[in-house]
Amino acid sequence: MEHRVVRDLSDLPSYAFGPRMTMWWGTLSFCLLEGTGFALALGGYLYLAFVNPDWPLGPPPPLFWSGIFTLLMLASLVPNFVIERAARGENLFRVRLLLVVMSAAGLLVTGARVMEFAVLPVRWDFNAYGSLLWVILGLHAAHLVTDVVDTVIVTVLMFTRHGFGRRFSDVEDNAFYWNFVVLSWLPTYFVLYWVPRL
Amino acid sequence: MSETMLEPHAEEPLDTDLPDGELAKRLATTWGTAGGIIGALSTVDHKIIGRRYILTGFLFLILGGLAAVAMRLQLAVPDNSLIGPDLYNQIFTMHGTTMMFLFGVPIGEALAVYLVPLMVGTRNIAFPRLNAFSYYVYLFGGLMIWVAFALNIGPDNGWFSYVPLAGPEFSPGKRADFWAQLVTFTEVAALAVAVEIVVTVLKLRAPGMTLDRIPLFVWAMFVNAFLIIFAMPAVMLGSTMLILDRLLDTHFFNQAEGGDPLLWQHLFWFFGHPEVYIIFLPGTAFVSAIVATFARRPVFGYPAIVLSLIATGFLSFGLWVHHMFTTGLPQLGATFFTASSMMIAIPTGIQIFCWIGTLWDGKPIYRTPLLFVLGFFFIFVAGGLSGVMLASVPIDTQVHDTYFVVAHFHYVLIGGAVFPLIGAIYYWFPKFTGRMLGERLGRCHFWLAFIGFNVAFFPMHISGLRGMPRRVYTYPAEMGWDTLNLISTLGAALFVVSFLVFIYNVAASARGGDIAGDNPWDAATLEWATTSPPPPHNFDRIPFVTSREPLWAERETLPVVTGLAVDKREVVITTTTEARPDLKESSPDPTVWPFVSAIVVTVIFIATIFTPWALAWGAPAAALVMIAWFWPKSVEEDK
Ligand code: HEM
Repeated sequence: MEHRVVRDLSDLPSYAFGPRMTMWWGTLSFCLLEGTGFALALGGYLYLAFVNPDWPLGPPPPLFWSGIFTLLMLASLVPNFVIERAARGENLFRVRLLLVVMSAAGLLVTGARVMEFAVLPVRWDFNAYGSLLWVILGLHAAHLVTDVVDTVIVTVLMFTRHGFGRRFSDVEDNAFYWNFVVLSWLPTYFVLYWVPRL
Repeated sequence: MSETMLEPHAEEPLDTDLPDGELAKRLATTWGTAGGIIGALSTVDHKIIGRRYILTGFLFLILGGLAAVAMRLQLAVPDNSLIGPDLYNQIFTMHGTTMMFLFGVPIGEALAVYLVPLMVGTRNIAFPRLNAFSYYVYLFGGLMIWVAFALNIGPDNGWFSYVPLAGPEFSPGKRADFWAQLVTFTEVAALAVAVEIVVTVLKLRAPGMTLDRIPLFVWAMFVNAFLIIFAMPAVMLGSTMLILDRLLDTHFFNQAEGGDPLLWQHLFWFFGHPEVYIIFLPGTAFVSAIVATFARRPVFGYPAIVLSLIATGFLSFGLWVHHMFTTGLPQLGATFFTASSMMIAIPTGIQIFCWIGTLWDGKPIYRTPLLFVLGFFFIFVAGGLSGVMLASVPIDTQVHDTYFVVAHFHYVLIGGAVFPLIGAIYYWFPKFTGRMLGERLGRCHFWLAFIGFNVAFFPMHISGLRGMPRRVYTYPAEMGWDTLNLISTLGAALFVVSFLVFIYNVAASARGGDIAGDNPWDAATLEWATTSPPPPHNFDRIPFVTSREPLWAERETLPVVTGLAVDKREVVITTTTEARPDLKESSPDPTVWPFVSAIVVTVIFIATIFTPWALAWGAPAAALVMIAWFWPKSVEEDK
């Protein structure tokens, strides 16, 4: 078929930020499907809590390390918010600095999570309650570690010759996903740590 | 070819700088797939991956079909000893599992992978490397389960693998573990494609393709992708719990330690019912496309169909409990789920009325694709009727787990998915290969399939009402089920013959069929605006969409946009609702890392069946290959 040119797009930019980019929507889609996974896992927890009259079938998990973990997670939202702004402003110096901060924060919370596993009051093979605790925490830990690794890689990337242009958009997406890791923790924390105490 | 190059833009030539023939050649080089085995494994072209996906889907249809043939042979006569009970268990499980996980879901996505980017007028799918990865994961998962079956460790607990039967106590050995990992494989693959489709539809539509100009095919695939995103995590979670119960002694489904087998059923059917629609929605996509083209008019009631698709999506999640009516649910719950089971008939009915209205008002041309659509109407409606019967709790209680149910779901699945799919292959084969499928053989194929199918499955309603349970490897002669079963088997044989005709038609036409040309059916959607088969870059220039039926609205010349790079891969990103051009994003080049990643993931998934430590030593390896995949290969990509 013959073509008839109706518009010229030569001047369009090659990247932008947030919902203008495909990666943002891809990240959002993954958050949706992983969020569904969390919701169902917590639903499974509540279901078993409902059918077992004497729930929890063991002591509730202790609050110390999980408390530190939760506070660190919430605190990390601040640099995470600033980094999104710095990335949009393409401020390489700030982005590098904050990425180092976020990597360190990520490693710290991962440490807190490891300590948490060490003090869980029931083993996964003791009863269904233990199984749920371990697997739901494990599920969240997997997300956590994935994003921390990703953050470290992006940090290294921004210190190389690749640290310009659309890589700022990648930094922003990484920060976006971290919000999801933090937000998905809050209901998880409530169900695993506070529902048994209600 | 570079000697004839015109060079006003010294570093980055744009399509405006080149004459037509030169432009096509240069774009084909930029977007092409390298030769050789590494090239083949590195390709990120959605058409090549889509073609592999389609062929692999059909391969599994054939394997699942052969399993069905084996079952029908065994059941043809009473007291048959061709297949023993243990093997029969494996065969019906392999049949159901293959049909649902390795054929039903992937084949719909396969056609979407090939066609959606063409229909929305772009040059590649979103996240093409993920697409390649998804294909290999799917392929390896399917091969794994069939190899396990060949080694006599095929799953044998039915396609929904109910606990406690599938739990550690009653299914020692590795059979159920292979099943659980197969689910993990296929869900990873399916979820990846779903995300690609969602983003392709939202962001890669050609300029001007506003929401209300999206082809119905694309709408159906889009809604389907959401169904996958919300439904699949449930079965992944369930199968993970199952394998943990079996390998690490957790107790999710163990009543003695506070677990509950019904938790498995809830998780499974939360996925399993939408699954039926995940198989059916692509069918509606094919039907909408075929009906419009062969009725020679736009589909009647476009907004009604779009809303019905969305409603089906929502309602399908309200239905899972109807698979559990016989488990003793609270009265009110059962009533609610009966109501919603019946309600989902409404949007489906609306769509069928719209299609029939379209044919009524149009000037239908009865070519093979349309014949298969008519066959779909007939079979699917019959399946829907027996479905409405089953939605009533008292009837379900009676015929639960009999051949009545087997008849019902084959009417729905084969009517709703396989008939439209075959129609779709007749319809798009010219686009895939550049040649037409034989029309006379096509008609012959249709009638054999239609008659064979009904002869095979209609008698199962009756044998079911007469009490024949499903999943039995044989039955005594005194039961009086023998004639019905013999008829079923003969019908199945006819159905198989119809597929042989099909395979012959495909093989012969691929080489000697009539040359198709760009738009042999005079269809309206954008995939027909390019050559058959399409060049690696799909379109020499990106179309500009002015109507819901772009090729019917613009019969003289195709409006296009220009200004894209020629020597690097660029796609136009548009705004989500109005499709205004917004960016020119770079699109990933071929790389072998998705393939390598899929191998690593496969090794990990299979090894975890034997030792949980596989996860521990596998994770760093997976992380390394993923880094190799994502690390930018040149500064070009950063721009
Ligand atoms: C070639 C045509 C086919 C024939 C002759 C056939 C035959 C059968 C038979 C006889 C059974 C019952 C086994 C038993 O309960 O003992 C069965 C089960 C089943 N079929 Fe088919 N089938 C065919 C195609 C399909 C297709 C295309 C699908 C899906 C898209 C499908 C999905 C299933 C499922 C899910 C089951 C249940 C398996 C289980 O009980 O776990 N079948 N089939």
